[in-house]
Amino acid sequence: MKKKINFTLANMKLGEKAIIDSFTDQEMSLKLLEMGCAPGEIVKIKHIAPLGDPIAISVSGYLLSLRKKEASTVLVKPLPED
Amino acid sequence: MNPILKIALVGNPNSGKSTLFNVLTGLNQKTGNFPGVTVDKKTGTTKLSNEGGQTIPAFIIDLPGTYSLQPKSIDEEVACEILKNKNNPDYPDKIVVVVDATNLKRHLFLVTQLIELELPVIIALNMIDQAGSLNTKAKIDLLSERLGIPVIPVSARKQIGIDSLKKTMASQVIPSSKKFVSPDTNPAAESIERYNSISVLVNDIIQQNDNNDKPTITQRLDKILTHRIWGFVIFLVVLFFIFQSIFYIASFPMKWIEEMFLHFSEWGRLYLPKGELTELLINGVLAGLSGVVVFVPQIALLFGFIGILEDTGYMARVSFIMDRVMRKFGLNGRSVIPLISGVACAVPAIMSARTISNWKERLVTILITPLMSCSARLPVYTLLISLIFPNGKSMGFFNIEGLVLLSMYLIGFLAALAAALTMKFIIKNREKSYFIMELPVYRSPRWNNVLYTIYEKVKIFLLDAGKVIIAVSIILWVLSSHAPSGKFEKIEKQHEQDLATNHPTNVAAEKLKASYAGILGKAIEPAIAPLGFDWKIGIALITSFAAREVFVGTMATIYSVGDTKNTQSIREKMMAEKNPVTGNPVYSKATGLSLMIFFAFAMQCMSTLAVVKRETKSWKWPVVQFVYMGCMAYGASFIVYTLFKI
Repeated sequence: MKKKINFTLANMKLGEKAIIDSFTDQEMSLKLLEMGCAPGEIVKIKHIAPLGDPIAISVSGYLLSLRKKEASTVLVKPLPED
Repeated sequence: MNPILKIALVGNPNSGKSTLFNVLTGLNQKTGNFPGVTVDKKTGTTKLSNEGGQTIPAFIIDLPGTYSLQPKSIDEEVACEILKNKNNPDYPDKIVVVVDATNLKRHLFLVTQLIELELPVIIALNMIDQAGSLNTKAKIDLLSERLGIPVIPVSARKQIGIDSLKKTMASQVIPSSKKFVSPDTNPAAESIERYNSISVLVNDIIQQNDNNDKPTITQRLDKILTHRIWGFVIFLVVLFFIFQSIFYIASFPMKWIEEMFLHFSEWGRLYLPKGELTELLINGVLAGLSGVVVFVPQIALLFGFIGILEDTGYMARVSFIMDRVMRKFGLNGRSVIPLISGVACAVPAIMSARTISNWKERLVTILITPLMSCSARLPVYTLLISLIFPNGKSMGFFNIEGLVLLSMYLIGFLAALAAALTMKFIIKNREKSYFIMELPVYRSPRWNNVLYTIYEKVKIFLLDAGKVIIAVSIILWVLSSHAPSGKFEKIEKQHEQDLATNHPTNVAAEKLKASYAGILGKAIEPAIAPLGFDWKIGIALITSFAAREVFVGTMATIYSVGDTKNTQSIREKMMAEKNPVTGNPVYSKATGLSLMIFFAFAMQCMSTLAVVKRETKSWKWPVVQFVYMGCMAYGASFIVYTLFKI
């Protein structure tokens, strides 16, 4: 069930959901953590800006915008199937 | 301990902190800067009453919004400095932390960090009316018990719970001894540990709302407002509407203000004793003052609109859709706000660049913002356009004056982008660029907050820009009405002789030429002749290096010094002006266009330079800005004049 795929927030599609797993960039992770992107939180891609970048995700109950480059430092795993 | 109770208001951006501050302090506010940095420092006083019914005055410091106590921008640095340094004069006795009840978990991140500072902390659990199931006494008590601090449910917007918050602020609050992380872990691990502690704390208090897929109003609005086509179209429509309103609505109060000052000066001429002092008062101070006050309606409207756009949450969406475009030019999505504000006035626009956390992006934004056509250029453009296109010819539906004006705004914007692109490659980047930003829920604007913003910005403009413009007007008046000794007398004698021979010369013009201002203008004439400017324009250029709008005033002064009949408007006088050598009008198409281009590019605003110095904390950047814009202006004007001269 818990098959680990090396999948980041940046390659998720519009409307897709996942769970935050870990971060690949220490400096970026500090910023993201205080903005509510903690491991275990469910994220959903809500909007993609007109030119494909940045993206807006819903996380811990609010809307957060970040660039693709920043999103690519967030490793995600699929939601457990229930 | 300080006799007056000092309370710091802390919270995430968008937590409703400013609204609560306004509710607590009303009009007893003061805005200034934190020492050493230019971050706005808002302080105010309020009256609290304790349980015994005693009134306790308290001093409230509204700290800049921050997500954590690990600072990443100047704003956040300031907040952290004050809270962590016991020797800081603003070090508080108590902290009120504003928490958005609809997003408890993320806000508790900051709360737990504050608790660990071992200061008395009170939670103002804001937006409680929208918090759903959290809004029960049992749950709030549980939260308070687990954190070890008082939790007061409030709604700053609806003014619910303010009295009980005030009572708690007045009472003795014991700092919580709770710790949420183990000491000496690395920052990232600490943050994760903190979240785990918070989860344990609140999991049975808040409901999981992540699976709520029913589209809210915000989601539906965002579908349209961030749409790949409609997003841009709506943004342009909004911009167009704002500009139209600024210029149209503001034109009425501006007319009244001009008329009022005209009455003042007429009244002064009638009733004040004749003499140097009256002249100084009317032609120097009053003329300068009217030049400042006349822009208040435009600035108030612009900040009103920007305040509304920010307060509703739309501005964040504009940054969101524009980030990709802006990044191409070495800027940030957030640069859009200063650039738009720059159309009203570069001074507050440059101050609004503070939200950009990356130093290079912020610097480039600051350096290019004055290229946006600010409202001070408008009177100059209007005057010059009416001179070079006197008949107001229209090309079918379009009015040529309007088209020229529009192109001036476009030229400014394109020049700003070009300058940004150049600087992108010149200025070295020191840090990573970020665009991690909250997109707040759409809300109807809080009109009180908007009004406070307008009031504040107008005050800053009147005090900061006002001082400079009045000083320059006075200096100009002195320079143009005084001359090296004996010169004026000579001209007057000559005039009397000419009168006798029935060949009167223009005394006023001769006097101006002989005055100190005239000497100055003549001195720079060789330098500006290639641009098609004469010495009179030279004087106006020198004076308008203080502020652009001074140009029109200077022209008025230059062409009216000594003019007793005053039957012609400045425009008519300037149009009648002939080149003494060729006999052609001075304000030909070539000269007029060249002058407009010069005004579009040159850094003619001391207030802006002063703000840039303040914001960048060095003289280097205002000097760089002055030089690069000056070179651009000179070069472009030269090209335009050479092209149109023939």
